[in-house]
Amino acid sequence: MNANVSAVVSDVSNSILDELDKIDNKSVTCVNIRIDDFKLSVPEGITILEAARSNNIYIPTLCYHPDLNINSNCRLCIVEVEGTKNPVTACSTKVRDGMIVKTGTLKIMKMRRMLLKLILANHNCECTTCIKNGKCELQTLASLFGITENEFAPIKSNIKIDNSTPSLIRDENKCIKCGRCVDVCQNVQKVGAIFPSHRSYNINYGTAYNLPLFDTECILCGQCSAVCPVCAIYEKSYIDKVWNALEAAQKHVVIQVAPSVRVSLGDAFGLKTGEIITGKLVAALRRLGFDKVFDTNFTADLTIVEEGYELIERLNEHKPLPMLTSCSPGWIKYLEHFYPDLIPHLSTCKSPQQMFGALTKTYYAEKSHISPQSIFVVSVMPCTAKKFEAQRPEMKSSGFTDVDVVLTTRELASMLKEANIDITKLNDDEFDDPFGISTGAGALFGTTGGVMEAALRSVYEILTGKELNNIAITHIRGFNGIKEAQIAINGRTLNAAVIHGVGNASKILDDIREKKSKYDFIEVMACPGGCIGGGGQPYGTTNIVKSQRRDSIYDIDINSNIRISHHNPAIKVLYDEFLKSPLSPLAHKLLHTTYSAR
Amino acid sequence: MKIISENFGKIRPDSIEDYIKAGGFTAIEKVLKTMSPKDVIDEVKKSKLLGRSGSGFPTGLKWEMTKNMAKNKYIICNADESEPGTFKDRLILNSDPLKVLEGIMIASYTLGSVKNFIYIRGEYENEFNHLKKVISNLQTSQIMEYLRQKYDFSFDIEIRSGAGAYVCGEETALIESLEGHRGTPRVRPPYPSENGYNNYPTLVNNVETFANIPFIINNGADKYLKIGTPGSTGTRLVSLSGNVINGGVYEVTLGTSLNEIINNIGGGLSSGKLKMIQLGGASGFCLPPEFISYKLDFNELKSLGIIMGCGSILVVNDSNCIIDFVKCTLEFFIDESCGRCTPCREGLRQLYMIYDKISKGNGTTDDLKLINDLASTISSSSNCGLGQTSITSVVTTLKYFIDEYLDHLHGICRANKCIMNKKEVLL
Repeated sequence: MNANVSAVVSDVSNSILDELDKIDNKSVTCVNIRIDDFKLSVPEGITILEAARSNNIYIPTLCYHPDLNINSNCRLCIVEVEGTKNPVTACSTKVRDGMIVKTGTLKIMKMRRMLLKLILANHNCECTTCIKNGKCELQTLASLFGITENEFAPIKSNIKIDNSTPSLIRDENKCIKCGRCVDVCQNVQKVGAIFPSHRSYNINYGTAYNLPLFDTECILCGQCSAVCPVCAIYEKSYIDKVWNALEAAQKHVVIQVAPSVRVSLGDAFGLKTGEIITGKLVAALRRLGFDKVFDTNFTADLTIVEEGYELIERLNEHKPLPMLTSCSPGWIKYLEHFYPDLIPHLSTCKSPQQMFGALTKTYYAEKSHISPQSIFVVSVMPCTAKKFEAQRPEMKSSGFTDVDVVLTTRELASMLKEANIDITKLNDDEFDDPFGISTGAGALFGTTGGVMEAALRSVYEILTGKELNNIAITHIRGFNGIKEAQIAINGRTLNAAVIHGVGNASKILDDIREKKSKYDFIEVMACPGGCIGGGGQPYGTTNIVKSQRRDSIYDIDINSNIRISHHNPAIKVLYDEFLKSPLSPLAHKLLHTTYSAR
Repeated sequence: MKIISENFGKIRPDSIEDYIKAGGFTAIEKVLKTMSPKDVIDEVKKSKLLGRSGSGFPTGLKWEMTKNMAKNKYIICNADESEPGTFKDRLILNSDPLKVLEGIMIASYTLGSVKNFIYIRGEYENEFNHLKKVISNLQTSQIMEYLRQKYDFSFDIEIRSGAGAYVCGEETALIESLEGHRGTPRVRPPYPSENGYNNYPTLVNNVETFANIPFIINNGADKYLKIGTPGSTGTRLVSLSGNVINGGVYEVTLGTSLNEIINNIGGGLSSGKLKMIQLGGASGFCLPPEFISYKLDFNELKSLGIIMGCGSILVVNDSNCIIDFVKCTLEFFIDESCGRCTPCREGLRQLYMIYDKISKGNGTTDDLKLINDLASTISSSSNCGLGQTSITSVVTTLKYFIDEYLDHLHGICRANKCIMNKKEVLL
């Protein structure tokens, strides 16, 4: 174990992802149950649904999500249990010894079919023009149940679509009242922008007083859109803008790819979960017609250098500590809404996405003799809040909008499918210069703890002149909600913390507010798991999927030739040729930003 | 036999003095002086007292289950009396609130509860204010001081008002509401006795249930057992309403026949011929006239598949139309559904639309089949009691009044309530 790093896993962590780590450690007592014809021995305390699924017995569900609270709203998972009068919901009923469960009696099947028809009667079933077509959980069930007609009267609703945010669109006409969005917003992210109001069929899972979403404290993390089984909340699509730019002869269209996209896009093409497809992704983007394909990992390295020096400056000049990271735009918006007094603690560094945009329209434009006006910067991000970030008024310090269009991983998958590009059949390709070289540290940005780990690698070396004994700082890896590490640097202990899922942030932020915080540096990612669990990732991003993507991110790091950001040769060239030094006036102008209370 | 209503109209309801003169607070003193918590539970169990809210769960057993839980315990008196046609709890709270409070005191001693609540229906604003005054009188009274000094007994009680939702009478929704959340029923199990208010074991009993306790303690379970029938001991406050001459609340011994209640106590029908008796409020059973000979007895009714519910009796004469009646009932449940689960939220509205179609003379035999299937889906797959019982009127009228349905299919409404050949309503 590394001598100069020590860490404890905080007991305050309560992330939904904790569950994953717990499963392995539990000593289990088993109970004997029978589900249909199968005699099973299953761990005590699990639900009928979990018992069935782990034994490949299918029980249909709609409102159930493995990482969220049990709502049992849809009632589709009803099963018969011997000895009980009414059917019970498999998702909420725990197994007990001797239980006899029947999952598919004719009575149950008829009821499920009727329940599904009731839901369908009150759903805008215009599937062919829905972005969820083919990925909709309701549509899948209708197909599985073989629904061909509906004896229930269709309910016409004509509620105005909420288009107010740059990131998300809410279409209540499609809402099936499963409650997942509310659960993720209230209980996981603890933002509480949406909740149920009214009763009966007037129940509305929406904002307070039906305000436009953008007028609420919604942080646009998009976790609601990631868990919505239908298409009641979805990302605002900018695909057409990209097609138009690609078609326009006078536009020089460049694209940057976020660290986590290379381990998540494959999901949308049926590849193994977490498969690393960097080379194929580059090839696919070239085929789509982008003039240059660049890597956000490069500006992730740059962020580490700028942020690292900012931390050193804060430590030396007694400026506000702890310093909070600023790469996650959902997190920034959260802080601006709920803890505006802590803005001085936020790193002034722009996120890698925005640094990339600013440099492309200055350094790259100059270097390649292209007018910045004609450069069109597209990013592929795992994130819906990035769409908002790109439109912030602060993000044009070069005189041009840093990033023109942000696509989510899901949107990129749609574009590739529309263009008939089967990513699985492509040969690997390489990123373009000058923003194509990156280190393993930059890659780590894709997962929780990654920014911290990358920063500590650099800061330690810059301050001590020595490399860390073991550059893999494993204490801050994993899915605990709050993780901690201490690093001894030149006789001083640097206290670091890592938070993912803004729902975990409030305790630490309250401590800072009360001047009780022991930390010097805190990484916060808005989404549970970090960017690999971002709101714009392919549908079906569960905790298990996240853990596989996380492993792939660490594989990328371990297989990198260079694993410390400031050793990136392209970064050195960038400083030599253009920025001069970290935190230089030009760096400040282009790569740093300001925040404001909301 | 009067147990609950013995003091009604005889004492000033907010006067501690009057209540003591009428024999009040002897039960709590007896308990504190001579009985252990286990003795009290044994006595209540022995009395065979069944919960007076709706489901008729054995009270002693409920007390015991809650008592046996390890953690802090809470007691809630459910005064969210929202079942249409039921108004007995209101009368008790207006006429003899101290009897209820004494019952809660005994339960509080027995369970060792840390806090007690009365959750009162939002519309009972006068009762709320009245009860608040009674509680504050009680807390500062000499009798409480006496109990405190002599037996080290104190009693923390708070009255909270609902906000007008019927579903908050369901105990888990009530607890959610009490905690300050949206009033939606929880997933059960766990039951409140295990995991209730703020996740602590919680006893939820009806106003009338608590009002029975002082009598049982004072007179002993043996005497209580002699009242009523072997399976249904004690008395019941019956809320009698509808097409009957003397509507009102009456205390009757369990085992009294419906005929006695409607024709003797109630003075018979105010007009027309008896068409239907609805037992237990809007979620109750719609029974044809021949059921009038049956007795108000938990077990006897249960053997017929009938649940007595909250003890209300609605008398319906032949000027009413069954289809129209069910439509009104459904309208009530559509309005009061919390909207959380599919069958209740979507199913009731679809059910209403089919009834609307039938009431306008456009129904078919397929519709009757659909009503039947849909009602059984709603009652079997809903999460809470509201959804499960919302269709009782549908199921029971289909069973006992099918002729009237068939009439409507042929465009005939004998009560002349339904106007045929009109456009249907889409909700």
